[in-house]
Amino acid sequence: MALMRRSVYLALLVALVIAAALAAFWWANQHRVPGGKSTLFARDTTSAVIAKGEYLARAGDCIACHTQPGSREFAGGRAMETPFGSLFVPNITPDEEHGIGRWTTDEFYRMMHTGRGRDGTLLYPAMPFASYTKITREDSDAIFSYLLSVPPIAQPNRPHELRFPFNNRELLIGWRALYFKEGEYVPQTRQTADWNRGAYLVQGLGHCAMCHTAINALGGSSESKAFEGGMIPNQNWYAPSLTSNREAGLGEWSIDEIVNLLQGGVSHRGTVYGPMAEVVYNSLQYLSDEDVRAMAVYLKALPSPGEKPLPPTAQVVKPAVMELGRKIYSQQCVVCHKDDGKGYPPDYPPLANNQSIEMATPVNPIRMVLNGGYPPGTKRNPRPHGMPPFAHLLNDEEIAAVVTYIRVAWGNSGAPVTPEQANQMRSANIE
Amino acid sequence: MRNQVQYVVILALAVAMTSELLTPVIAAQSIDPAAIPNFSRVDSMQARAQGCVTCHGQEGQGTGNGYFPRIAGKPAGYLFNQLRAFRDGRRHYAPMNYLVAYLPDAYLQEIADHFSQLRPSFAAFEAPVVPAPALERGRALVTAGDSARQIPACVSCHGLRLTGMEPGIPGLVGLRPAYITAQLTRWKTGDRRAAAPDCMHRIVNRLSDADMVAVSAWLGYLPAPQNLSPDTRNTVRMPLACGSQG
Repeated sequence: MALMRRSVYLALLVALVIAAALAAFWWANQHRVPGGKSTLFARDTTSAVIAKGEYLARAGDCIACHTQPGSREFAGGRAMETPFGSLFVPNITPDEEHGIGRWTTDEFYRMMHTGRGRDGTLLYPAMPFASYTKITREDSDAIFSYLLSVPPIAQPNRPHELRFPFNNRELLIGWRALYFKEGEYVPQTRQTADWNRGAYLVQGLGHCAMCHTAINALGGSSESKAFEGGMIPNQNWYAPSLTSNREAGLGEWSIDEIVNLLQGGVSHRGTVYGPMAEVVYNSLQYLSDEDVRAMAVYLKALPSPGEKPLPPTAQVVKPAVMELGRKIYSQQCVVCHKDDGKGYPPDYPPLANNQSIEMATPVNPIRMVLNGGYPPGTKRNPRPHGMPPFAHLLNDEEIAAVVTYIRVAWGNSGAPVTPEQANQMRSANIE
Repeated sequence: MRNQVQYVVILALAVAMTSELLTPVIAAQSIDPAAIPNFSRVDSMQARAQGCVTCHGQEGQGTGNGYFPRIAGKPAGYLFNQLRAFRDGRRHYAPMNYLVAYLPDAYLQEIADHFSQLRPSFAAFEAPVVPAPALERGRALVTAGDSARQIPACVSCHGLRLTGMEPGIPGLVGLRPAYITAQLTRWKTGDRRAAAPDCMHRIVNRLSDADMVAVSAWLGYLPAPQNLSPDTRNTVRMPLACGSQG
């Protein structure tokens, strides 16, 4: 009797196991997505996954665009000014009506991977799906789990205000054909694990190419020009080339110096301000030492165009301009940046042999003199030293002279700056 | 006479509204020495705060430009609230919004503490640009208010010496008329706000444009008191509830 009861139990148990396996198989097939790995559970919401998702959302800097400054996180509403009009960034909190509360993991992955909204709408490329397409299904799922775990905010999305013809999403089909290549990051077997991790972060979640690759008239960035630098539309900052050692190419930097800049915002070679300060403040400071080091390894190894260093340019400047610049420098700049231009790194950056001072486009040094700036307050450097604005103290001729001076003094190899160039940056948007 | 007053009022408002957009450029030779960066030790708050000095002066005393306010000696709570509001976009002045955009609370508090502890002397006050009756109206509003229109005196919250009150009420002495008029105007238009209940918003709604110019002129005319420190927390019963004291 006891034996028979045990065999009934056994049979029941086997039947249950088979049923569970069948259900799992069916479930997995239901949730299979073309191009992605199937996931057994639509929403894996264990705390480890959520924590990982939070970390990855930091690496992707979702918060920077999807949060109105000073307002509720991820509730959207922030206006993104583009040459084509204003885009209003959507609510990505789990609110069921206005946010992504009713999305599935598959829909979220499809959006990240293919740049299509929940209903299949083509997204504007202000959403960096051309970079996010490289992230793994597992990472996408983790980010989604994290976003579902934040407080839902019932804030309606605001329609975009784009000019004709850019308000027609059909045009995006053409844009995508030119500038969008779908596909997950493929590790390069000949490279180290560090290099591959760095490439994955820089090309994927970090979406560095969005600024550091020149944007053309169609708002696209060409893969062949990747990381070669460009003006950031509507912000009037120049995102320097990450390949050229004449700009922000890091070939001549030590790994530690790159790590300090990315994670702390300051280094012995230079300091981040403007849009890059935002990236360090909201994103890079939170990444692990290993990940930032991996990014540094990849960035340092980016191929440089093989250019030779430029010769010093001091002799090409008119003596009167040089004298005016030197006079202003010795009165107002010298206390922080020193006579020899070496500064007090990392607190007051060096100007001598500083690529961002010397590079061909003088936009960034002009803006620094006009508006000053504080590097971001980070975990590694919570109390940064600041530079004051001089826009109200120096006229265009004086701004041009002092920027010219720092670009050519101490053996620097920058080109002189005109008062007209200085004046153009007075109207730059600094909000 | 009346036309003249109106003209002065309009002129003062126009100057106050536009001065922050079009701050006049002064020649290099005439730069106020307090506006030139200087510090004695790199690892100090003095060195860290050099980002403030070309407008607010080395000691937070303000500089030659009438718009940039004195910030020295204002209560740390008030300065911290303003820094946070600039960072988070709740108070609008692009050069400030830009400078503090990526600074964490703890550091903004430290900057606020730094300037709240400084007690530099005043720059010489400006000769008032308004006619005598307007100056008298300003004096009356500052010291006694206008009970018929439910306008409390400035001194009833900002202190008898007008050096403010801990933790959230700023001193008004040492500020220039252009700055004060601009702030009152911004409060009236709703551009500047304080924590609810926003007592300044209620008061400014009761002031006419002429009143705002009169108050600003009188405040700008006041000499420095002996003691520049703000009053301690809630030493008086305030006529209106203010969120910034909460």
